[in-house]
Amino acid sequence: MVFEKGASSLKSVKAIETGKVAGTNNLATERKFSVLVVDDDAIIRKIHSKLLSKFPVEIQVAVNGKEAVDLYRSGAFFDLVLMDMEMPIMNGFEATKELRALGLKSLIVGVTARSSDSEKKAFMEAGLNDCHAKPLTSEMVKSLLQELNKNN
Amino acid sequence: MERNQMHRQVSVMRQSLFDQGYLDEQFIQLEELQDDANPNFVEEVVTLYYRDSSRLILSIDQALERNPLDFNKLDTYMHQFKGSSTSIGAKKVKAECTQFREYCKVGNGEGCMRTFQQAKKEYTILKRKLEAYFQARQSGPSETACRPRN
Repeated sequence: MVFEKGASSLKSVKAIETGKVAGTNNLATERKFSVLVVDDDAIIRKIHSKLLSKFPVEIQVAVNGKEAVDLYRSGAFFDLVLMDMEMPIMNGFEATKELRALGLKSLIVGVTARSSDSEKKAFMEAGLNDCHAKPLTSEMVKSLLQELNKNN
Repeated sequence: MERNQMHRQVSVMRQSLFDQGYLDEQFIQLEELQDDANPNFVEEVVTLYYRDSSRLILSIDQALERNPLDFNKLDTYMHQFKGSSTSIGAKKVKAECTQFREYCKVGNGEGCMRTFQQAKKEYTILKRKLEAYFQARQSGPSETACRPRN
């Protein structure tokens, strides 16, 4: 997996500096990441937003792929996008392709209820960095943010 | 004494939901997200589930009345219903959804109808049990998430 910082000059990342806690991988010492949760399912948006709220991140939500693309076009920046596959108006596959075509180089992670490897592989081909079953667990979210942290 | 008894009652109710196979690990994941800012987070998620899935159930009911059955559409609806049920840890409901989708794959309309009736039954039973649990939880002392006993 290759993680690249977004190139947009409009990114608005806040830096949070706090004391380091010995013996722990302290996410609070790292800059505040911006995460976009894209899902038409209100339950998933609620769960993933709550999971993310446990960490020092800015959270935005979009209810379908088109909304996500429109947000990016309007100048919003995201370090991490959690992208659902099946959504009305514009699905995750199309939205991912569009975001990559528009120049978003940040981490885009697919989250899908589709469990087969072939379905995940097909979704990956849109330009995802990774793909996981939903809902995500707190461990998975922590792992994603730690990976972002490492690469920034 | 009464406070401890209520606490035990709530705990027993909760444990039975796992022991009887109504809920799985995902419910505990939701409980672990509860905090002072959102002390009723699980109840909010479950309420959202029952609100949103009622529309899906209606759509599936209507789709099952069509002749011939559109198994692709049925599978799409059920995929959504299964996804939502998975998100709250509704184990028995999820199992029926999986079975339904198997029947869709082979075009077994009767199997779909039978399984859907069972899914609705499990859905309703779980709703009643969760309502009773949340009610007891609200009236009793606050409950913290803990892994079910094996």
